[in-house]
Parts: sequence; structure tokens; C-alpha cells
Amino acid sequence: MSMKTSTRQVDGVTIVDCSGRITLGEGSVILKDVVRELLSKGQKKILLNLGDVNYIDSSGIGELVSAFTTVRNQGGELKLLNLTKKVHDLLQITKLYTVFDVKDDEANAVKSFS
Amino acid sequence: MTEQRVSYTLDSTLETVDSAEQAASRIATEAGFDDDEVMRIAMAVREAAVNAVLHGNAYDPGKKVSLAFEQTGGNLVITIKDQGKGLDPDKIPDPLAPENLLKTSGRGIFLIRSFMDEVVISASQTGTEIKLVKHVHGPSEGVKEASQ
Repeated sequence: MSMKTSTRQVDGVTIVDCSGRITLGEGSVILKDVVRELLSKGQKKILLNLGDVNYIDSSGIGELVSAFTTVRNQGGELKLLNLTKKVHDLLQITKLYTVFDVKDDEANAVKSFS
Repeated sequence: MTEQRVSYTLDSTLETVDSAEQAASRIATEAGFDDDEVMRIAMAVREAAVNAVLHGNAYDPGKKVSLAFEQTGGNLVITIKDQGKGLDPDKIPDPLAPENLLKTSGRGIFLIRSFMDEVVISASQTGTEIKLVKHVHGPSEGVKEASQ
């Protein structure tokens, strides 16, 4: 299953609901394009809901890092929501869990944006 | 575990990466690994295939990727070989070093080493071969590990 995304707005935060696989090729490209488009529209408070992402490879991890730094460099914030166990474990072993701001409750996550 | 060997010769394409992952998942399942181990083995093979296709063969249609699965002596041994310039594993930066944490690449070999029991990288001017080994644990060992 390839990656799919849909976006919605909640209190000034853009929530990107992702599903499928973020892997080398299509999945990573889709994520990059979504974040780029949001930034181009001035939407810099981004919450990536990864609750339905069941697989990420090293390219997908790289794309998450790229999205995080790109948003931050433009003065925005990108946070992660609802990690599956597999994705959580991957971010733990790559020491990225403490780099990303990871949330598990959508309402609290939305409130946490400055 | 029944001893057997399966090998493939694959093109240097993204489809090869998916095919290698799917083959690893199927063979690891047949070898009796549990779902979590199957996922780890399949991801290690995927990462090795990505390295072979992208960094080794650089998508060159004239170069092939060799993939072999061997079940022998209680081990699942997977070999992936490309026809690139050769990867020097000593020159791969540590992706866990603070200065590398925010790099967007360079985690493939690290994930492979994290997920497999043994990893041997042999590089020459005619390509890189990476051998991945996963030990098949007996049920008693599994119970022992789970109770610790």
C-alpha cells in the first residue's frame, strides 16, 4: 500500500493524516510535496498524524527529518502524532524520538503549538 | 528449518527494492520467524537492496543486483551483491552522533546492523556484497528471553 495523505485545519494547525508506507520513492515524495505545499501557503504549524502509517524505511525517516528541519528553518513547527509501535521503535533506535516533538493526543497536540 | 537456497538476479530499479523486501518477508515467515522478526529481516533486506540499487549500481540498467537466501545450520543467511564501485563501511558516518542526527540519509547500514544478528560487508572494485545472518531461536530460548 502506497502512502496517502489528507489535510484538515484545527485552530490554526494543519493536521496531515497520513496512511500507508513512507518509503523510498512515492511515499517520501508525497510527504515532501505536502509539506512544501503547506509552507508555500503560509501554513507553518503542521501536525503529522502517523497513526495509520505502518511502515517507514530509512528514506522515510530521512524525509521526516527533512520536513522537520525545513519547517523549522522557515519559522514554523512540525510535530508528530499517534506513532505506531513500529514507527516509535524506529525513532527510538535512531535517537530521533527526542528530536521530534511526539504527541499522542490530538487536542493536546493542537494546543501545544505556540 | 529445512536447508535450502533461493537466488535471484534483479535489475537496478525501485521495483527490485520492493521485490527483495517481499521475498525476504515470505522466506522469513516460512523459516518460522515471528511477525516482529519478519518485519526486521524484511527491512534489513530492503535497506541493503536500496544501497545496492542506488549507491552501488546507481540505477545503471547494465548492472544487476544478486540476492540469495540460504537456510542452513539454524541460520537464515541472506546475501545481496551489487556491481558498483564498492562501499567502504569504515567511511559511513555514525548516524547517532549528535552532529549527524538531523542528516536526511545515512541510516540504512545502521538499521541493518540493528535488525540482524551478523552483518558482513565485503567491498571490492567490482561491487559490494553484504551478508546478513539471522539465528533461528528455538521455542525454549524464546520463553527464556520473554521471562527475563
